[in-house]
Amino acid sequence: MGVRYNVEAMTRSDVQLMLDVKAGDEASFEILLQKYRSPLVNFLFRMVRDRATAEDLAQEVFLRVYKARAQYSPSAKFTTWLFRIATNLALNSVRDNRHRQMDVSIDAPVEEDEAPPLQLPSREMRIDEHMVERDRAEFIRQKISALPEKQRVAVLLHKYEEMDYADIAKVLECSESALKSLLFRAYETLRVQLAPLVSQPAEGGREGRS
Amino acid sequence: MNNVKKCDDVSNQLIAYLDRRANSADRAEVEDHLASCASCRARAEEFRLMFGAMDQIETIEPSAAFDARIRERIAQEARPRWFSWLVPQPRLAFSMAMLLALSVWMAKLPRENANVTTAGIEQQDFDAIKDLDVLENYDVLSKFDALDEVTTDQVMPGQTTVQPVNQPAAQQPAAEE
Repeated sequence: MGVRYNVEAMTRSDVQLMLDVKAGDEASFEILLQKYRSPLVNFLFRMVRDRATAEDLAQEVFLRVYKARAQYSPSAKFTTWLFRIATNLALNSVRDNRHRQMDVSIDAPVEEDEAPPLQLPSREMRIDEHMVERDRAEFIRQKISALPEKQRVAVLLHKYEEMDYADIAKVLECSESALKSLLFRAYETLRVQLAPLVSQPAEGGREGRS
Repeated sequence: MNNVKKCDDVSNQLIAYLDRRANSADRAEVEDHLASCASCRARAEEFRLMFGAMDQIETIEPSAAFDARIRERIAQEARPRWFSWLVPQPRLAFSMAMLLALSVWMAKLPRENANVTTAGIEQQDFDAIKDLDVLENYDVLSKFDALDEVTTDQVMPGQTTVQPVNQPAAQQPAAEE
């Protein structure tokens, strides 16, 4: 019994914090908020690729967690629960946005003749040695968000949230072996698409010399 | 001992091997395969470089407004929690008040009925005595007596027995006398 309590005390787990929130301790929610605001906003930013939307969604995630405090039962890991809510909200947002964009492109066919030729060169970035770091980051983000939904979530949680395979599998509601093959396929795609970046690390040396 | 796994068989373990999350058995299998497969070694190296490149994605900081807004929204959400203690109570108070009003009304109801019945009795009593001063009035009574005589005289030769009962008709000639 003592050992068990020690382990719990040592970790001061998120589950415990959430149970404290359930018991009416507002300060515990503040701790969870401070702990996860940045990972959550970043995860959502990489999912939706828009800062304002990412922050709105993160607010929604925290609010949902807070609203659900009374019904909270520690059946799953807190992070798994948190990121599952975030994933669902992000995917819905991305889908809604895609529909909206489709509607816009259907509604405004005339403008299509003018706008794309002007925007395409900047959107579809050329990969060369002059590519600045921000463009490289944008290029990577673009390739990640071009992945199928589940692969994208898996990569973001694996690479950037450094989540365990078991936890990612729970977020995505699939088996661990299914997740491993999902991740492999995703990284295979990225390996091919990001190859130009990999063969040319961002040194910026040539720009400086010339 | 030398049954080294094929490329496809280790591919799903490769990522976990590279991010050092593979267990020792899986790690050994992948290492065995990589030792004998140049193309997978090259692929593993490309993955490693790619992971390095992927680290270039910068992390963003939530805006200052983010914290202020979420705290405000949480506070708003927390407030009803206080009211949730109270919210059933106005309802309770209301229902209690309604119950009280109902019981008062119910309690009043029989009393009103009682009033009605006593009023009814009073009315009956009043009806009984309202003509009393008339009946006690000697003049009137003597006139009635006189009327009685008149009517009996008239009845004797008359045909109808109704007439003496018909007071107003009988009273008028009596009053004229």
